[in-house]
Amino acid sequence: MRGNVASMRRREAIAGYLFIAPWLIGFVCWTAGPMLVSLGLSFTDWNLLSPAHWIGASNYVGVVTSHVTLQSLWDTAYYTFTSVPLGLCVALGAAILLNQPLRGTALYRLIVYLPVVTSGVATAILWAWLFAPQLGMIDFLLQQVGLPAIPWLTSTTWSKPAFVLMSIWGVGGPAIIFLAGLKGIPRELIEAALVDGASVWARFTNVVIPQLGPVILLNVITGIIGASQVFTQAFIVTQGGPADSTLFYVLNLYNNAFVYFKMGYASALAWVLLVFVMLLTLLVLYLSRERVYYAGL
Amino acid sequence: MQVSRKAEGLAIPRVRPLHYHAFVAATYVAMWLILGAFLLPFLWMVSTSLKTLSEVGQYPPRWVPNPAQWNNYAQVFQDLPFSRFIANSLEISLLVVAGSVVSSSVVAFGFARTRFPGRDVWFIIMLSTLMLPFAVTLIPQYVIVYRLQLLNTYVPLVVPSLFASPFFVFLLRQFMLTIPRDLDEAAQIDGCGWWQIYRWIVLPLCKPALAAVAIFAFVGSWNEFLSPLVYLNQTSLFTVALGVQLFSGQYSSFYNLMMAAALVALVPVVVVFLMAQRYFVEGVVLTGLKM
Repeated sequence: MRGNVASMRRREAIAGYLFIAPWLIGFVCWTAGPMLVSLGLSFTDWNLLSPAHWIGASNYVGVVTSHVTLQSLWDTAYYTFTSVPLGLCVALGAAILLNQPLRGTALYRLIVYLPVVTSGVATAILWAWLFAPQLGMIDFLLQQVGLPAIPWLTSTTWSKPAFVLMSIWGVGGPAIIFLAGLKGIPRELIEAALVDGASVWARFTNVVIPQLGPVILLNVITGIIGASQVFTQAFIVTQGGPADSTLFYVLNLYNNAFVYFKMGYASALAWVLLVFVMLLTLLVLYLSRERVYYAGL
Repeated sequence: MQVSRKAEGLAIPRVRPLHYHAFVAATYVAMWLILGAFLLPFLWMVSTSLKTLSEVGQYPPRWVPNPAQWNNYAQVFQDLPFSRFIANSLEISLLVVAGSVVSSSVVAFGFARTRFPGRDVWFIIMLSTLMLPFAVTLIPQYVIVYRLQLLNTYVPLVVPSLFASPFFVFLLRQFMLTIPRDLDEAAQIDGCGWWQIYRWIVLPLCKPALAAVAIFAFVGSWNEFLSPLVYLNQTSLFTVALGVQLFSGQYSSFYNLMMAAALVALVPVVVVFLMAQRYFVEGVVLTGLKM
């Protein structure tokens, strides 16, 4: 009998590994293996055509000394640290609105999520048109309310805010997650706060925000990871200009890899990005460790 | 207290004095403002796509083009082989959907329903790959494809979907965990093997989650830009996304035609989204919350 159980266990283990084999094979051949290759490449001067030469850490020295790359780091940091907090505030606001018992919320939810589904080349082109100088709708609306027109995509001051604005249009993803989080807050907590006479603001800061802790953390982390890799919009709308002010990190990486074919240097860029993203994620987790309350986890 | 009660909008008071209605009205106004900001860009896009170039340059801008220039769409299809691009995108996306649904559900079953040494470690490793920037694997993956002489084929766009995406596996696993285990055990007693349990017991119960995966995979693949950009350079192989980018490069000041081309790329995703919106929201909630 005992032998029977052991053989059943073994068969189950074999079955389990067979079931996860598609992912396991992909992980080894299409993720982990390539990552190691990329790490190796980052120490070479490989350009796809001539054989690679080991050049030590020169590529990494190049990353921290290259004017263009440092500019791209700044552009990306600016974009990430403005679009993520702003976007999450808008997302939370929209989620609270969508959580009100109003007529037509299903339709509103649909509309808020629509830009997420259509993200890509088409919406990037749409925004290029909305931001267009002279004829653009956004400048027209600004002038309608008595504000001056803004040279969005032609000024180094305004190009990054333009992309931040564009990103806020796509907050439907985190908004839906916030909405589900709001629906998960136990009614008793809100009602208890009401009985204690807590104001709207007090309930928001003392009940809603703490209850949403894990959801906020999730949205912050995925937001940072997404924003630090912004590519398509900039590739389509500005190609990094004016004066590299929207040359986001991955765009710079793409240029080095697929325009200049500096595969070694681009690999070093990729690894620097990986380390940055990992450190940022760990920092966020560290900062949140005593502030986020996990109910029942 | 009465005021704050209403402001919550959660607990509806029995008596509804004037300021309650004022609050509801204010909420509707806020909602309409936000919705306007989300929806108007799309409407402006449609409007622009139906204008002549001189109407596009009109100031102040008019919302309703008169007469609507449906010809713009015909011209988009004339200037670049967009019907070809649509067929290409459909081919790729449908293959990716099939690959993702099959591979992700198989892997999710392994993680959710079978016990084996190392399972939890592998699962955590899989989840952590969700955080990997795609740029880290982009170059070596390109090198592999280049070495295997698979540039300008759909292999690098389709085959990776057979490796099960961590996001989909996670979504399906969460769903499978909600299915009672007794079913597996009963089936085992009846002599079912693991594959039969997967195929005939768990899979049929996962239909809503599988639908979510299928839709996410379709939209993701349809909108994908960087991979086709890197792997394809023959125009006849282009996806819709690449076609729109090519078109916008050639007609950069013809905003009416650019918007028409962009809408050609948008319409299929919007249709799929509207038809299957329920699964979208469920899918987001499933992965976002039950972590």
